Amino acid sequence: MTRDEALFEFLLRLGDNTLILGHRVSEWCGHAPVLEEDIALANTALDLIGQTQMWLGLAAEVEGKGRDADKLAFLRDAWDFRNLLLVEMPNGDFGQTLMRQFLFDAWHSVLLGRLMTSSDERVAAIAAKASKEVTYHLERSADTVVGLGDGTEESHARMQAALDYLWPYVGEMFRSDPVDAEMVAAGIAPDPASLREEFDGIVSRVLTEATLEIPASSFGHKGGKDGSFHTEHLGHLLSTMQWLQRAYPGCEW
Amino acid sequence: MTDAMVKPTEAEIWQWLDAVPDPEIPVISVVDLGIVRDVKWEGDTLVVFVTPTYSGCPATGIISMDIETALRDRGIKKLDIRVKIAPAWTTDWLSDKGRTEMEKFGIAPPSPAAGPERCPHCGGADLEKLSQFGSTPCKAQWRCKGCLEPFDYFKCI
Repeated sequence: MTRDEALFEFLLRLGDNTLILGHRVSEWCGHAPVLEEDIALANTALDLIGQTQMWLGLAAEVEGKGRDADKLAFLRDAWDFRNLLLVEMPNGDFGQTLMRQFLFDAWHSVLLGRLMTSSDERVAAIAAKASKEVTYHLERSADTVVGLGDGTEESHARMQAALDYLWPYVGEMFRSDPVDAEMVAAGIAPDPASLREEFDGIVSRVLTEATLEIPASSFGHKGGKDGSFHTEHLGHLLSTMQWLQRAYPGCEW
Repeated sequence: MTDAMVKPTEAEIWQWLDAVPDPEIPVISVVDLGIVRDVKWEGDTLVVFVTPTYSGCPATGIISMDIETALRDRGIKKLDIRVKIAPAWTTDWLSDKGRTEMEKFGIAPPSPAAGPERCPHCGGADLEKLSQFGSTPCKAQWRCKGCLEPFDYFKCI
């Protein structure tokens, strides 16, 4: 694997995380419990899709095979996606969506903070831009997790159930593989394991305030970021997201 | 204008761009918003550098189109609008004129205190946040407890 091949893989991971989560969150558009939340979810999705255009745009440039961000987003099949399993998990109820968002935002904010000092200027520039947006995402998802966790008996129970369901997907964020090792060697990105301490700090502070308990089991699902084993949910998501380009290749308006 | 036109100066071009309204907040210009970062001639091509506010902001495409239309109307033939993402856009680039116009329009301008200073309708200071996000990615929703009116707050980033 050359350095550029590893960089391409790494950029796909970043772009696929924001693309798949952005799509998932956009599924709420018009369905959220109150208007303010509907708007907030749509805006979060919009930020994530905007970041996707930058990450996948750069991935396509690094690959140099004439593809662009749109082709990468709409013309790859499930096994070519490199997102974390966490982001492809179904929305569930509003609480589960916000718990997933919080766990992702906490990790995303730590990662982007480190990428701002990447040796690759293009990566550093996108991270600096995205980091400002993600600060707001984290503030909001953390507030909502606290509000619902430390809310009514019903909302508390649902948030604990969401945490229990999603926690096994957290470990994948911190696993390293040869792509990560190559990025570390090039000074482009940090070792994923090195993000854990800061992540744990944010998560335990917020979840304690939310009166929620982190599950004791450290069992973790994996296979998303290297594409070896996605869940059944990703294919269904892609069939909706990619339908238009599959049915009418090259369609534009 | 003929092909042998006299090249407008960069100062003139800035003036023209200051007449291009932001599509979402039409009382301020794209220059007030701080998204036009640089204007320069490269040979006979005019290059305009634009920095998006939020990475997913759907207005970015419209803004580039509006800039292009305005400059073509002034007779600029060779034009290159380049998106520049670093340094990232910040609300510090909003002009004083822009801040004043925005407030008159009913949007509280960004404040380092991480919330609006006063209600843009009645000037009241007893305010509450309704939502971290508003009608566009750059705004949050607040309400004045004095006049009870909700309003948009331009977030500080």
